[in-house]
Amino acid sequence: MKFVKHALLLTVASLLSGCNMVVMSPSGDIAQQQSDLIVYATILMLIVVLPVMALTVFFAIKYRSSNKEAAYEPDWHHSTSLEIVIWAVPMAIILCLAGLTWVATHRLDPYQPLSRISVDKSIDETVEPLVIQAVAMDWKWLFIYPEYGIATVNEAAAPVDRPIRFEITSSTVMNSLYIPALAGQIYAMAGMQTELNAVLNHPGEFKGFGANYSGLGFTHMNFKFHGIDDAGFEKWVDKVRDGAEQDLGRHEFLVLDQPTISHPVTYYGSVDPELWTAVINQCVDENELCQNDMMMVDALGGGGLKGLTMRELFAGICTSDNPAGLLTGLQGTENAAVSETGTRKLSLVKLDLNAFGLPDASQRRHATEKN
Amino acid sequence: MAGAHLSEGVDYSRWDPIFGKLGWDVFPFQEPVVLVTFIAVVLGGLAVLGILTYFRVWRYLWSEWFTSIDHKKIGIMYMVLALVMLLRGFADALLMRIQQAWTASGGAGYLEPHHYDQIFTAHGMIMIFFVAMPFITGLMNFVMPLQIGARDVAFPFLNNFSFWLTTSGAVLVMISLFVGEFATTGWLAYPPLSGIQFSPSVGVDYYIWALQIAGIGTTLSGINLVVTLVKMRAPGMDYMKMPIFCWTALCTNILIVATFPILTATLVLLSLDRYLGTHFFTNDLGGNPMMYVNLIWIWGHPEVYILTLPVFGVYSEIVATFCGKRLFGYTSMVYATLVITILSYLVWLHHFFTMGAGADVNSFFGITTMVISIPTGAKLFNWLFTLYKGRIRFELPMMWTIAFMLTFVIGGMTGVLLAVPPADYVLHNSLFLVAHFHNVIIGGVVFGVFAAMSYWFPKAFGFTLEPFWGKVSFWCWVVGFYLAFMPLYVLGLMGVTRRLSQFEDTFYSGYFITALLGALLIAAGIGAFLIQLFVSIRNKDALRDTTGDPWGGRTLEWSTSSPPPYYNFAFTPKVHQIDAWWHMKSAGYERPTENFEPIHMPRYTATGIIMAGIITVMGFALIWHIWWLALVTLIVTVAYAIDHTFNYNRDYYVQADEVAKIEGGRSQLLIAGAKES
Amino acid sequence: MSTEQSADAVEFYVRSEQHDGEEHHHETGTMLGFWVYLMSDCLIFGSLFAVYAVLGQNYAAGPSPADLFEIEMILVSTFMLLFSSITYGFSVLRMEKGDLKGMQLWLIVTGLFGLAFLGLEVKEFTHLWHLGATPMASAFLSSFYALVGTHGLHVTVGCIWLVVLMTQLQLHGITPENKRRVLCLSMFWHFLDLIWIGVFSFVYLAGVLV
Repeated sequence: MKFVKHALLLTVASLLSGCNMVVMSPSGDIAQQQSDLIVYATILMLIVVLPVMALTVFFAIKYRSSNKEAAYEPDWHHSTSLEIVIWAVPMAIILCLAGLTWVATHRLDPYQPLSRISVDKSIDETVEPLVIQAVAMDWKWLFIYPEYGIATVNEAAAPVDRPIRFEITSSTVMNSLYIPALAGQIYAMAGMQTELNAVLNHPGEFKGFGANYSGLGFTHMNFKFHGIDDAGFEKWVDKVRDGAEQDLGRHEFLVLDQPTISHPVTYYGSVDPELWTAVINQCVDENELCQNDMMMVDALGGGGLKGLTMRELFAGICTSDNPAGLLTGLQGTENAAVSETGTRKLSLVKLDLNAFGLPDASQRRHATEKN
Repeated sequence: MAGAHLSEGVDYSRWDPIFGKLGWDVFPFQEPVVLVTFIAVVLGGLAVLGILTYFRVWRYLWSEWFTSIDHKKIGIMYMVLALVMLLRGFADALLMRIQQAWTASGGAGYLEPHHYDQIFTAHGMIMIFFVAMPFITGLMNFVMPLQIGARDVAFPFLNNFSFWLTTSGAVLVMISLFVGEFATTGWLAYPPLSGIQFSPSVGVDYYIWALQIAGIGTTLSGINLVVTLVKMRAPGMDYMKMPIFCWTALCTNILIVATFPILTATLVLLSLDRYLGTHFFTNDLGGNPMMYVNLIWIWGHPEVYILTLPVFGVYSEIVATFCGKRLFGYTSMVYATLVITILSYLVWLHHFFTMGAGADVNSFFGITTMVISIPTGAKLFNWLFTLYKGRIRFELPMMWTIAFMLTFVIGGMTGVLLAVPPADYVLHNSLFLVAHFHNVIIGGVVFGVFAAMSYWFPKAFGFTLEPFWGKVSFWCWVVGFYLAFMPLYVLGLMGVTRRLSQFEDTFYSGYFITALLGALLIAAGIGAFLIQLFVSIRNKDALRDTTGDPWGGRTLEWSTSSPPPYYNFAFTPKVHQIDAWWHMKSAGYERPTENFEPIHMPRYTATGIIMAGIITVMGFALIWHIWWLALVTLIVTVAYAIDHTFNYNRDYYVQADEVAKIEGGRSQLLIAGAKES
Repeated sequence: MSTEQSADAVEFYVRSEQHDGEEHHHETGTMLGFWVYLMSDCLIFGSLFAVYAVLGQNYAAGPSPADLFEIEMILVSTFMLLFSSITYGFSVLRMEKGDLKGMQLWLIVTGLFGLAFLGLEVKEFTHLWHLGATPMASAFLSSFYALVGTHGLHVTVGCIWLVVLMTQLQLHGITPENKRRVLCLSMFWHFLDLIWIGVFSFVYLAGVLV
């Protein structure tokens, strides 16, 4: 039985790898498991699909009207035992497939840290995964390596056999980060972070691209992904650092965020450590209120009518020690302002926050960044 | 914030109180492809108009077809609309294939990305909404009332209005070719890309209003057909004696009624985002684009079954007829249909496993998706065992059916594969996915529609289709399909993603050229079908069907003449068994030739076409922000609708002697036909 | 099957439809059709409720229901709508008695209640708009206006329909067609009432109680 399985696997795999199918013969363990799953599922389904196709052809030929030899039973239309088989066979196959799906989906959940490097190599608990923060932009990919403090556009690299954790977001429309040789894809969406854990087992130069259509420059939104050994990776990092003509701060990010097509590979020698948080919270532009602050205010019951015109008031509330207290304080100022004017109508008086012992917005944001 | 597209062109931020966003530069004639298409369409259109005028058929078309509330004529008009739009949608497909083969072979291609993006968006949207949907609705309209022994649908005027609303949507899509531009968002227009910030042109507005108007037509038609099936079945036809096609039509229309409102609501919210600047699906101020993706697929997945269920019904009818044998496992077929109907609501998330929902959610939706393959598999086995011990006549409809059975299992298999979430991570958005859904929609729906057209054509027009060109068309379609889409499966496994307008790698060249050849072969298949129509019409006397039952049918539509009289049945049939007509024939049924009674029938009305025309103008005004015109047309529409309700004189009685005259004519035909054979 | 039955020739068509009552047939079709339409409309509201459930707490650091809703006024308008349903019911009762005048009178009262409801809604919306709480201000407000506004639009259509129907009753009296129309509008009106109860408890009450 086991032999048959292996033989089948081998045949299918060799058939498919003949034409350079990166999906079926990838270089990363996760993608490898995903491709094995495709093969297993296909074999499982062929158990029922092949007989059905063969029977269709066989019946069609045998019972053709010109063949008067064949039996003809115009009123035969029911057979309980046959009906049971008809429903039971697909059910049995789907039951197996469902089990396989449940297990595989949990084992290959992209959010889960890896459980092994490859079939014959277990994970080294002491090695932290390499974090790569990927931002889908119009129409290029930005990769930030927080561990090394560097960033690249439209090029990425990772050492072989070291777990990689992608943190993915978008500064624009929805996209999807896909490096077929490494692992399956995950969407990139603005205002939130998705994750992908994977590992590369073989060195090489692989294709990566945006896999979810994102508009005009989508076709050219691809990049090279280098799989290199540890020494080579250190060298690559140095190359980025040395080759960089600028650092990546808020301003540079906003410039980069303008739509471009076929953006050249660009290196940044250092990265503002707060940038990633700002990107996820859509507040690289400091005039914007960060999403996390906004969500904190919302979770605490909203910012009141004042929030309509003075959202920036709430900057930094999310990361402050006592958000609820801060909000109550801020709302207290509103109440005070309202009671002073004596009407229910919103008063846009400049609030003297210091009078309530509260730092103003810019000070709060500054404090957050220090934390 | 990252802004819109970079292409230079029309400034869609301008606005004029009288012309809205219109201006002379909205006609994109500087693009040679569009210019050539435009000239071709204008010349072709003028030729058609000229011929119609020359033969003086305008009055005939208006009074006998456009204003008709006869379900058979409306059904046929749906089919014609679908065929016309098939030509448009297929032209888009060819344009894309040529571009792909060209650029994959190292060429520069001839389509700008901005143009290419419009083409694939229009292709998807047209093929689903204005080809597949009208085909299906047309079939149900034509066949279902005949099969249940009814004289028309429950709401005949509404039926006409629904048809013209669908046409109105199609007209708007066609206008977008030459006035302004179409959406560049993909056929489901995911925000934020389809939001005003990233798509400031009128393209998405064309998309929204074309879909919105056609979608409302579809909902109304769904309500209509559900009521028809529930209320107007012939006496004796209880649910478990309905033909399978009627069962699938019932389930499909229930799905329509239960999902199209969600589409309507979703599109309204998207329009509010675009027109007012609300924050349903924006990135900022609390909007949630993921919600759009969920909502659109809660409609979108059942939509797949709305298309496939009726063709499953078609195949069931055809298999039984051409095997000369009752359908195997009628009851399990009915239950399979019901199970698919219900399950189709519980699978929508499989379209976006890669959004990052947890493993529990993903496996739940993956498994529910696989579970659908159980009843589908049961259906396939039922057809298979109908073949068993049958006497299979390989007429054209049966050939399509066998091709379907062999092709659909492949599509089903790759579908289940895509339902395994980790496998989907590597196949999602790839050409593998593209190959899969074309495999089920062409191999299932299109094959089924062609089978149905050759099967019911003699019923609709009184003569059979000439088989030679039909077989040419069949082989071109089938071989063309495999050539066009099998390479796409392989390309998907090579990690090629979809919606790319250019390929930097010449490695894929062979595959794309094969796919192009396949598409050209399919084009030949469509051409052969048109020739088949032409040849058949020319030889219609030789192909005449006098019996009303050319195939040895089993269901009630074959009991009346071909084409049926406008009242369908001189006497309402009484049903005792499944396959009522088969039962009637075997029990020695004698066709009644006297004692006719007056028949109650609805009157024709022009309200539907006029109102839909006004609504088309309203859609155009809304697309181009011509507010005064939108307001005027809205008021006129409401006033006209109200005025229509003041008309209480909507039906009449066909006198008994007229029925006698028509039925007498048929008797003579039958006698003449019997003599000839 | 008894031998006697099978011996009889099986009837394959309806010989005479005169006593079949096709008129009746058609009417029940209309009521079913309208009911199916209402169910599909219900799904539109269902979608809007779902959208409100997802977005209803995304205030975008702006005002929340507690800052905006004046529950007393909403309660008044709720009663306007509830009363209008009752008065519509009275009108249908009059119709069953064949009393055209009484029927018309109750329809007018229903219409007035409907208009009062709409008036209060317009007042609320303009008030909010003046505060700056427009649909563009936050996802919560977008979904709030969409849900409540769609309901309001339906009530507006209902009021127009009511006027049309009253004219038709005046012209033709209580005919079977008009009866059918009155019953359809009645379903529509009660349906809107039900939806409003959902809006009132889910949006307004839940909003200010939290």
